[in-house]
Amino acid sequence: MEILTAKAIIMAGCAVGAGLALIAGIGPGIGEGYAVGKACEAIGRQPECKSSVTSTMILGCAIAETTGIYGFVTGLLLMFLAPNLFLGKL
Amino acid sequence: MDNISISGAKIYFYLFGVPITETQINSLIVTALLFGLCLFLTHGLKVRPTSKRQLVAEWIVEKVTNLVRDNMGERFLGFVPFVAAILGLSACSSLLALVAMYPPTADLNTVLGWALLVFVMITYYKIRANGPLGYLKGFTEPIFVFTPFNILGEIATPVSMAFRHFGNIVSGTVISALVYAALASLSTVLLGWLPGVLGKIPFLQIGIPAVLSIYFDLFSSCMQAFIFAMLTMLYIAGAANTEEN
Repeated sequence: MEILTAKAIIMAGCAVGAGLALIAGIGPGIGEGYAVGKACEAIGRQPECKSSVTSTMILGCAIAETTGIYGFVTGLLLMFLAPNLFLGKL
Repeated sequence: MDNISISGAKIYFYLFGVPITETQINSLIVTALLFGLCLFLTHGLKVRPTSKRQLVAEWIVEKVTNLVRDNMGERFLGFVPFVAAILGLSACSSLLALVAMYPPTADLNTVLGWALLVFVMITYYKIRANGPLGYLKGFTEPIFVFTPFNILGEIATPVSMAFRHFGNIVSGTVISALVYAALASLSTVLLGWLPGVLGKIPFLQIGIPAVLSIYFDLFSSCMQAFIFAMLTMLYIAGAANTEEN
């Protein structure tokens, strides 16, 4: 019974942690939306430099995405790796 | 819930204790494909192009040369083959997902290998620009208290490059798998009353995942290849240009 409870706690902790880790997606969402909005403004003001603004924006978006990707990778680790890792120590 | 399976690369067999996985086999397939494409595009070149093949080859070379010239400068034109190789490998590896094969870029080992290669080149150019002592002294800028942060920042470069590429490709795979499973159970609920075999066919899986596939497989793959190549160029050019300080 004790082992069972410990297993349940570990699985629940991993699942809750994965869910919490994906909250990191909020930041890149806001940041990229802001960047794209500013890029649209810039293109509206100077339509002739559309291509360079677009490529710079895409690069910036990719870099802003990094923190969200870290959250996602953490979530993946918690879902698929951590339960086996911790259950092995019981 | 039972039909969702998200797994890493399958291990085919062990060669002298080294696991040979789907990743390695598919990487070799991609390499062979690119090699064949290069041979096909470049055999029988003429000064005045008469074939469409040669025009395509020249277009590719010109585009990559312009990309390198715009982002790194004139004296780095020797990097054109390297950048083109990274672009081609990354894009073709990720696009393997379109033909339902395991994309090698969905394995962290592949992209971490590329990122480490880029890291070695960055370090090489920094040492070449500043000398070994100047390189070590660069860690204590602006004052020595910042040394741990500078070392962390140096390590974060390849890690973030690898995780960015890996995370983008894997998130597409995971979301596609979840949507497939969700559509299967949704069509069982909605259309399960149809008689016989008709009720068992997941009709909702037709068409809807294609939209996701266009974004995650086609757009995201090409975008990540472009971003990885861009970051490679910017980091190397930045490392080689530190000699002024």
